[in-house]
Amino acid sequence: MIPAAFEYHRPDSLAGALSVLEEHGDDARVMAGGHSLIPMMKLRMAEVPHLIDLQDVTELHGVTITDDTITIGAMTTQAELLTNNALTRAAPILKEAALQIADPQVRNCGTIGGNVANGDPGNDMPGLMQCLDASFVLAGPGGLRSSPAREYYEAAYMTAREDEEILTAIRFARPVGGYAYEKQKRKIGDYATAAAAVQIAAEGGRVTRASIAMTNLSDTPIWSKAAGDALVGSDCGTDAVEAAIAAMQADIDPTEDNRGPVEFKRHVAGVMLRRAIASAWART
Amino acid sequence: MTKHQVTLTVNGSSETIDVDPRELLIHTLREKLDLTGAHIGCETSHCGACTVDLNGKSVKACTMFTVQAAGADVTTIEGIASPDGMHVLQESFREHHGLQCGYCTPGMITRAYRLLQDNPAPSEEDIRFGMAGNLCRCTGYQNIVKSIQAAAAQMNAAQEAAE
Amino acid sequence: MNDLSPGSVPSPDDRAAKLKGLGTSRKRVEDARFTQGKGNYVDDVKLPGMLFGDFVRSPYAHARVKSINTEAALAVPGVLAVLTAKDLEPLSLHWMPTLAGDKQMVLADGKVLFQGQEVAFVVAEDRYAAADGIEAVDVEYEELPVLTDPFKALQSDVVLREDLDPEADGAHGPRKHANHIFLWEEGDKTATEQVLSEADVVAEEMVYYHRTHPCPLETCGCVASMDKINGKLTVHGTFQAPHVVRTVASLLSGIEEHNIRVISPDIGGGFGNKVGVYPGYVCAIVATIVTGKPVKWIEDRMDNLMATAFARDYWMKGKISATKDGKITALSAEVTADHGAFDACADPTKFPAGFFHICTGSYDIPVAYVGVDGVYTNKAPGGVAYRCSFRVTEAAYFIERMIEVLAIELGMDAAELRAKNFIKADQFPYTSALGWEYDSGDYHTAWNKALEAVDYEGLRKEQAEQVEAFKRGETRKLMGVGLTFFTEIVGAGPVKNCDILGMGMFDSCEIRIHPTGSAVARLGTISQGQGHATTFAQILATETGIPADSITIEEGDTDTAPYGLGTYGSRSTPVAGAATAMAGRKIRAKAQMIAAYLLEVHDDDVEFDVDRFVVKGAPERFKTMKDIAFAAYNQAIPGVEPGLEAVSYYDPPNMTYPFGAYVCVMEIDVDTGQYDIRKFYALDDCGTRINPMIIEGQVHGGLTEALAIAMGQEIAYDEIGNCKTGTLMDFFLPTAWETPNYITDHTETPSPHHPIGAKGVGESPNVGGVPAFSNAVHDAFRAFGLRQTHMPHDHWRIWKTAHDLGLHG
Repeated sequence: MIPAAFEYHRPDSLAGALSVLEEHGDDARVMAGGHSLIPMMKLRMAEVPHLIDLQDVTELHGVTITDDTITIGAMTTQAELLTNNALTRAAPILKEAALQIADPQVRNCGTIGGNVANGDPGNDMPGLMQCLDASFVLAGPGGLRSSPAREYYEAAYMTAREDEEILTAIRFARPVGGYAYEKQKRKIGDYATAAAAVQIAAEGGRVTRASIAMTNLSDTPIWSKAAGDALVGSDCGTDAVEAAIAAMQADIDPTEDNRGPVEFKRHVAGVMLRRAIASAWART
Repeated sequence: MTKHQVTLTVNGSSETIDVDPRELLIHTLREKLDLTGAHIGCETSHCGACTVDLNGKSVKACTMFTVQAAGADVTTIEGIASPDGMHVLQESFREHHGLQCGYCTPGMITRAYRLLQDNPAPSEEDIRFGMAGNLCRCTGYQNIVKSIQAAAAQMNAAQEAAE
Repeated sequence: MNDLSPGSVPSPDDRAAKLKGLGTSRKRVEDARFTQGKGNYVDDVKLPGMLFGDFVRSPYAHARVKSINTEAALAVPGVLAVLTAKDLEPLSLHWMPTLAGDKQMVLADGKVLFQGQEVAFVVAEDRYAAADGIEAVDVEYEELPVLTDPFKALQSDVVLREDLDPEADGAHGPRKHANHIFLWEEGDKTATEQVLSEADVVAEEMVYYHRTHPCPLETCGCVASMDKINGKLTVHGTFQAPHVVRTVASLLSGIEEHNIRVISPDIGGGFGNKVGVYPGYVCAIVATIVTGKPVKWIEDRMDNLMATAFARDYWMKGKISATKDGKITALSAEVTADHGAFDACADPTKFPAGFFHICTGSYDIPVAYVGVDGVYTNKAPGGVAYRCSFRVTEAAYFIERMIEVLAIELGMDAAELRAKNFIKADQFPYTSALGWEYDSGDYHTAWNKALEAVDYEGLRKEQAEQVEAFKRGETRKLMGVGLTFFTEIVGAGPVKNCDILGMGMFDSCEIRIHPTGSAVARLGTISQGQGHATTFAQILATETGIPADSITIEEGDTDTAPYGLGTYGSRSTPVAGAATAMAGRKIRAKAQMIAAYLLEVHDDDVEFDVDRFVVKGAPERFKTMKDIAFAAYNQAIPGVEPGLEAVSYYDPPNMTYPFGAYVCVMEIDVDTGQYDIRKFYALDDCGTRINPMIIEGQVHGGLTEALAIAMGQEIAYDEIGNCKTGTLMDFFLPTAWETPNYITDHTETPSPHHPIGAKGVGESPNVGGVPAFSNAVHDAFRAFGLRQTHMPHDHWRIWKTAHDLGLHG
């Protein structure tokens, strides 16, 4: 497994990275940790005449937590998500999800930006970001713009990011209430058979807000508004939970692969969501 | 394609080499620096046979271009032992039969080395989770876990004795 | 040197401990180099001027090759040559014989028959240039209808192997269809059918053992190097049978065998994958002859999973009958064996279905029949023994499933049914209905020990309670108790009926004792992780009295090692281990003569005592082996040649029959199909135990491979023959996280015909482990009416079982 030849660029600023991207257009691809792109290049399923390594772009690093907003630089690795205690206190669902991604070595390289940017439906962070109603900060020739995670994914590997844009950061409001990320997979390092991200806010024993997103059950992550709505006002009792699951199942569209047939995936999606809701509710 | 001159520190010594951008770190180590301890097993970052330590973190050298590692400090299995002798983990894997064909062993030990730096007193669960990026086809892991536990105990005892 | 007072002679036990001989958990001598990254595997071999070769492979499972244009590839910088079948044809190397009596394309000759098949070989300065060259080769294909189902293949008008005369017999007799390879039968069909038709109780099931792959962590590869000056070809490679490779290479190339040197360096696991001869070896050899430079070929992981030898893929239709009270009366197995595009099984030549007819297992079954139909399909060739003796894991899985199904049919406890039908200890040697002579065993003792160790009755009680709790809606988990009692047949084998391509399956050991009393021994086998350098020295230590630490073991270099058939099918200990002991005894016999001369007594008046010969009745008068070795070289002894060397070629009188009792306790989540191995108890009886530490390690490893196979590992194809499991994302190899801890135990029933009573153990845990895991899954659902479902028991298949049984409400 040997990649085709390419030219390597290692800019040390965002402006530098954008100018290389602009110069080479479709022929250029940015790379964060490389653990999605390099295997694709080795299998010669991705052709990248110009590779732009973002590791030295300082603007893409760092995590900022304020009273109401969390901003995570795109080059933050999955491993850093696990070891940043302030971040775990502010948004514990990130750690719960990151622990279920890949393995230690891959988490040391794989970044949150890389995970959300390329539109791989198997990745876990996109669904999680939809659950958190995050926005992706995109830098392009015209400056910065913000793209809501819930509108970013168009199809497998098709996103709202323009070719000349770089995803620089992820921003979301500090989550409140209970959370859970439940994922079924075949083994360490596998994509989800089905996974559910849930955040629930409650007051007086009733759900005030609920957000539910599912991973690897369509060609994009699925944020199911109807599923979240089904919980609002309830005490997460059986009827509300089953209504949420039914609503979620109406929104997903899994396809058969080695993880199993459609019917199985739909069922497991329900199980994952049921467990995630129970766990999140218990944590409110 | 433009060749790049890359300097990196490998097992404590500075190495400067010319590489094509597409050259993978595992090939540079094995072919150009004759460090054949790290192996190639799956090529898709699942097996961990190619694990090396890069700037204090375990990484899979089959999924990294050498140009990415420019300026990095790399430790391979060949650099784990000290001039005084083998590393405790190397002894422990032998003592507890933590290897058979030996193909995964360099990656396994290099990973365990970092695991114990990060977590000097891991539980069995910590070890199994922390070693989950390294596949072994021969041992069934039971004696690998045992080897790492024993090494950790020995290292901690030595540490305590020193204090 | 003999003037020590008797009191100062260390006791025999102390002296024996110093030898680190049989029964010692001696630490491995191999480990120092492996733990320091100083192993020498084939991809570590680097020769001056070495080139790299790699394959253009077929994207289609069945297609006609209309044209191959290599022009653009030859223009790629660094590419030196592109070989196609046309280039190999003048050398008659475009096809090669398989170990199973068939032939196989080295490079696509007019058509391709499986996805990943070798089409052209690009030779370049390095692997990067070779990869670019591969991309630039332009092959025009015309797709043909694909057959991936062996049953359909036997009905189809599509002829896969156009090179074969449809009317002519195959290597194993008549063929009944163009896609049929052989029908191989054993036992008495008529008598079996008669008993089955008149029996009180008959259970019938189709038991499928899916296609999988040995997938050693190191892929296959070689470095071929032709020295044109001295006419000598050297091939380093991942060969489990280096001597066989030398002979085959000689027969194919016409190079005389003494001019070929085959070297198996350190091997990163084999598990059967590295037994056969692959097109890569042939092409690398041709390329080195053509270019005059060394040529390396190393598979990548996808090549390995898609093209080199698979394992299993047996559809086994079984019938088993019994009396009402559970005494088995007959067994029949009709097998449809999917061999893929070429019959490249690595079995002893006379056994096209290997030793599948060990399928009466551990039970005293009066009459039985086996018929195996081999079939061509558009899948990769192979059919190797993946960590088992030839087709033995298929046989063990088959009988251990049939026993479970029969227990259901009888309404009987499956442990009790087994005990009722075991061959009894006093029946050994026991001749089975299918013709094997089981050398030894004590099944009841092992079984009782196992059931007691796991508190079998307690488990059944707990299971029944959990079923009730499940029915009451208090839990969504079910508990399965997976039982297995297996009998292996290993150590192929007696030359009278075991050969590969005409070469008898003996093995060998050659020992040279140095004047100062240390030694080197060379064997015809080759370790791939089994620790031969450690354990064979232990055998010799006990036999010769020379400390194991003073004995170097060498294998794998055909220029120095004696001829042997290699390491697979757990044959090293039963065959080469026996050769080692016998060679050691020859050393001892000569040493006895020397000792007697030195002690000035008759030969019969000295006896061996751990590490020395002593004068009978006068233990203070002795000569150590060290003394004797020195004298052998430096003292003129009348009637005795100088030197102390021996060689033994051992033709075993019989196979050995290791056995074991395994119990797996599994908990299954019926809603997700996920499972948890709560306990795994493995009792193995491998006869005399050479190194308990290594045995335990072998058991752990084999069980983990069994776990993988039973619970998810498969080579799967879609309907047009695309391999769906070509990377380690999809081909299931468990990590430390998915793997449980195992409890190991043993009984020890020595083999009566093996010089030291050892039977081999490396493969038992795979053979016994697969049915134990699978039976646990089946058993979890027994209370809800499950009889038989198919492996691998991955999440979705377990879920589907639960779903089909109505457990999802």
